[in-house]
Amino acid sequence: MATVSLESRPYEKVSDHDSSHESVNYLNHDHSILSWLLTLDHKRIGLLYLVTITLMFLLGGALAGAVRLELLTPKGDLLAADTYNKAFTAHGIIMLFFFLIPSIPAVMGNFVLPLMIGAKDVAFPRLNLLSYYLYFAGSVIALTALLLGGVDTGWTFYTPFSSTYSNSYVVVMAVGLFVVGFSSILTGLNFVVTVHRMRCPGLTWFRLPLFIWAIYATSVVQLLGTPVIAVTLGLLGVERTLGVGIFDPRLGGDPILFQHLFWFYSHPAVYIMILPSLGLISEVISTFSKKTVFGYHIIAFSSIAIAVFGFIVWAHHMFTTGISPYAAMVFSLLTFSVAIPSGIKVFSWLATMYGGSISFDTPMIYAFGFLGLFTIGGLTGLFLSTLGTDIHLHDTYFIVAHFHYIMVGGAIMGYMAGVHFWWPKITGRLYSEFWGKLSAGITFIGFNFTFFPQFILGYLGMPRRYYEYPDEFQVLNVFSTAGASILAIGYLMPMFYMPLSFFFGEKANSNPYGATTLDWTDTTSPPSPHNFEKTPVVTEEPYNFHGKEAAVVSH
Amino acid sequence: MFEEFKWFPDQASTVAPEVDMLTLFIVVVTVLITIMVGVLTVGFAVAFRRKSESYVPAPWFGCVPLEIFWTLIPVLICLVMFSWGVKVYSSIVVPPADALDIYAVGRQWMWKIQHPEGQREINALHVPIGRPVKVTLTSEDVIHCFSIPAFRVKQDVVPGRYTSMWFQATKAGTYNLFCSEYCGTEHSRMIGKVIVMEEADYQKWLSEGAESGQALQGRKLYTKLQCVTCHTGNAEAKAPNLEGIYRKHIPVSHIDGMKVKDGTKVFADDAYIRESILYPNAKVAAGWESIMPTYQGLVTEEELLQVIAYFKSLHHGQTPPRTEETPTPATIQNNPTKEVK
Repeated sequence: MATVSLESRPYEKVSDHDSSHESVNYLNHDHSILSWLLTLDHKRIGLLYLVTITLMFLLGGALAGAVRLELLTPKGDLLAADTYNKAFTAHGIIMLFFFLIPSIPAVMGNFVLPLMIGAKDVAFPRLNLLSYYLYFAGSVIALTALLLGGVDTGWTFYTPFSSTYSNSYVVVMAVGLFVVGFSSILTGLNFVVTVHRMRCPGLTWFRLPLFIWAIYATSVVQLLGTPVIAVTLGLLGVERTLGVGIFDPRLGGDPILFQHLFWFYSHPAVYIMILPSLGLISEVISTFSKKTVFGYHIIAFSSIAIAVFGFIVWAHHMFTTGISPYAAMVFSLLTFSVAIPSGIKVFSWLATMYGGSISFDTPMIYAFGFLGLFTIGGLTGLFLSTLGTDIHLHDTYFIVAHFHYIMVGGAIMGYMAGVHFWWPKITGRLYSEFWGKLSAGITFIGFNFTFFPQFILGYLGMPRRYYEYPDEFQVLNVFSTAGASILAIGYLMPMFYMPLSFFFGEKANSNPYGATTLDWTDTTSPPSPHNFEKTPVVTEEPYNFHGKEAAVVSH
Repeated sequence: MFEEFKWFPDQASTVAPEVDMLTLFIVVVTVLITIMVGVLTVGFAVAFRRKSESYVPAPWFGCVPLEIFWTLIPVLICLVMFSWGVKVYSSIVVPPADALDIYAVGRQWMWKIQHPEGQREINALHVPIGRPVKVTLTSEDVIHCFSIPAFRVKQDVVPGRYTSMWFQATKAGTYNLFCSEYCGTEHSRMIGKVIVMEEADYQKWLSEGAESGQALQGRKLYTKLQCVTCHTGNAEAKAPNLEGIYRKHIPVSHIDGMKVKDGTKVFADDAYIRESILYPNAKVAAGWESIMPTYQGLVTEEELLQVIAYFKSLHHGQTPPRTEETPTPATIQNNPTKEVK
C-alpha cells in the first residue's frame, strides 16, 4: 500500500526528482493497479476517463450499428419494435452523457489543462478522482438499466410518456444520469477554480491558450446547466414512483414544462460537447500552420458568447409544441445569435491558415475534416432557426443529420484531432502517420456518406425514431447504412494502431510538432509525475512561433 | 426500391411553395458559404503547404475591417432569414377565419378524426381542395405530432390541452400523415393518409353513410350526461345559460379558487369549455355558485369535442327541455356519416 501515491501527490517538492531520474514519468513511476485506481494525478485520471469512455463509445457505436441495420429495409425485420426503440434510446444516452460530454473536457481537459497553464495539478485532485468514480458509478447504474431490460423513452425522456406510460427502467436510468451529472458538475467546478487560481506566474487571461478559454467556458456551462437536468430527472422520478402530478396532465401536471426544463440544460449541453472541440481546433490549426491564431481575443470572447447565448435559445426545440408564436419569434432571433460567433471562429481559422506553413500531420487532417463537417452542421442549423422552415423539418431526419454533423462531425472529429495531437505527450510515442491519415480520411468520407442523405430524407418528410418507414424512403436509407459501415471502419482503425503505438511506436521527443504552449515546451513526453521540473514563467502572448525559447523562460 | 424514390416531396398546400422558396434561398446561401469555406481551406492548404521546416511565417494577429466585414455580413444574412422565416411562419400558424373545423384525437397508436358533419375516420383525413381547413388536436395519452410533409405543416398533439393547425390543400391526391413525436412501441405505425378531394367529391363523400352530425351527438350527450338538469337555459336554471356563449367573452367571479375583480372576463373557446367540464372550479361564471361536479373520467376526448361542437351550434332558445327528446333544430347540421376503416 505504500506504493499508493496518495501521500506524495501533488504538492511534493519537485526537486526530489533530479536529472538522474529523468526517465521517470507519470506512466512508469508506479506500476501497481492501485496506484492507477486511486491516483490523484490529473494525467492518470485523464487516462482512466480515456479508457472508460472509449468502451462506452464502442457500446454506443454498436447500438448505432443495430439501428442502421434495421433501417436498411422499410419493414421491421431485424429487431422487434420495442428492441429498436430501446436501441436508439441507449445509443443516444450513452453517446451523449457517457461519451461526448466527458470526452474532451474529462480526457483532454484533465490531461492538458494543468500542463497548459503551468500547474502541477487541478485545484482539487481528490475531487477530481471523485468525479471519475461518480462517472463510473453512473455508468454502472445506466448499464444496469440496460441489462435489466432497457429504456424506451428516447434520450429526451419526454413526459408523460416517460413518467406514466413507458414500461421500461426509466427510474434506474434517471438515477444513473443524476449521478453522472454530479461528475460533470464537479469537473466543471474543479476546472473553473483551476483556471482562476492555478495559472503559473505571468500567465494572464489573455495569454491563455484558446483551448483553455474553451474549456473554461464549457466548465461554466457544466456548472450552471447540469443541476437543472438533475432536478428535472428527480422530478420525473418522483412523478413516476410516487404519482405526484408535475408533468402528466392527468395528475394536474404540464408536459410542456418538462420540455422547457429538459432543454434548458440539454441545449447548453450541445455546447458542452462542441465548445472544447472549437478550442482544440484553434490549437491544432495554429500549431500545424506555424501561425498565431488570427483574432485571438475575438475567438476567446466568441467561446464565452456561445456559452452565454447557449442558455437563452432552448425553446427552439419546441417551436411545434404550441408555444406562443411571439415566444417562437424571440427564440428564433436569439438562435441566430449563436450562428455569428460560430461563423467568426471558422473565418478566423481560415485567416490563421492564410500565409502559414501548413503541414499535413494526422491531427491537422482531422482538423480539416472538422472544418468541413462543422461548417455544414452549423449552416444547416440556419434551416432550423428559421421559423418558416423549422416547422417542416422539426422531428425529421434533417434534425438527425444536423446534430450528428455538429456532435459527431464536429465534436468527435475535434476529439480525435486532440487525441492524435496529444498522443505523443500522453504516451511518449508516435503513432503511424499513414494509418492516422487514412483513418481521418475514411471517417470523413464515411461520415458524409452516412449523414448527408439524411438531410434529403428529412426534407422528404421521414420522421425520426421510426422503426418502419414508407418504401419511398428506402434508397436514401440504404446509402446511409452503407456509409455507416465505412464510418465504423474509420472509427475502429485508431482502436488498433493507437494501442500498438503505445508499445511499439517510435519514441517522441518533448515537442514533436513544434507547438508553443507550456504543455509542449516545458514538459517531457510523457510528462514527469509533477509535470514541470521548475515552475514556468510566461512573459508573452501564446502562439509565438518565432521565439518560443525567448517567450517562455524557466527559472 | 428505386421506383418510389423521389428527390422532392409533394407540394400540395398553399404554404408549401412559400416554405420551399425560403428553403431554396437558405440552400443557395449555405451552399455558397460551404463552397467558399471548402475552396479556401483546400486552396490555403495547397498554397501554403510547408515547403521548409525552418521557415516560420510572419504572424497575423488580426484585421479589424476584415473582422467587421465577416461579422456584419452574416448578421445581415441572418436577419433576412429571420424576417422571411417569420413571414412564412405567420402563414403557417394563423388560420383564416372561415376555415373548415375538423377535430382530431391522437392515442397510442392511431388518429381518430371527426368532421362537423359527423363523419368519423381512423388514420384517414378527407379534405376538400381549395378550402382552408383548421384541425383542432388533442391526445388521450402521450404527446403525438400531427405532421403532413406534403403540406409542410406539423403540430404537436398534447394531452390535456388543445392545439391547432391549418392548411389549404391545392392538389388532389393521397399524402402521408405521420406521427412525428416519438410515442412508444408502434410510433412508426401511427401513420395515416390525407386524401385531398375535389369539392364535389368531398361533398359526395360527406353525404355517404348514415350517422348523425357531430353537434347532434354533442346534444345527445348534453341530455345523457345531465348537463341539462342545471344548464336549463330558463328561469329554473341552477347554472349559466350556455346558449350563444361559444367564442364570446364571459364574466367570471373566481379563477383557480381565487376571487377576481368584478368585470373580469374570459374567452369561451374550445380550451375553456373543455376545462370547465373537466375542472369546473377553474373558472367560475360570475353570479353562479360553484356546484358543478367534475366530468373527468365520464367523457372521452372525442365526446368533449362533440359537446364543444354542440355549443358552437347552440343559439338562443335552443336548450332542450330536461325530460323529453325534441326535434333537432334546423341550425344543427344532421348530415349522415361514414366510418372509414
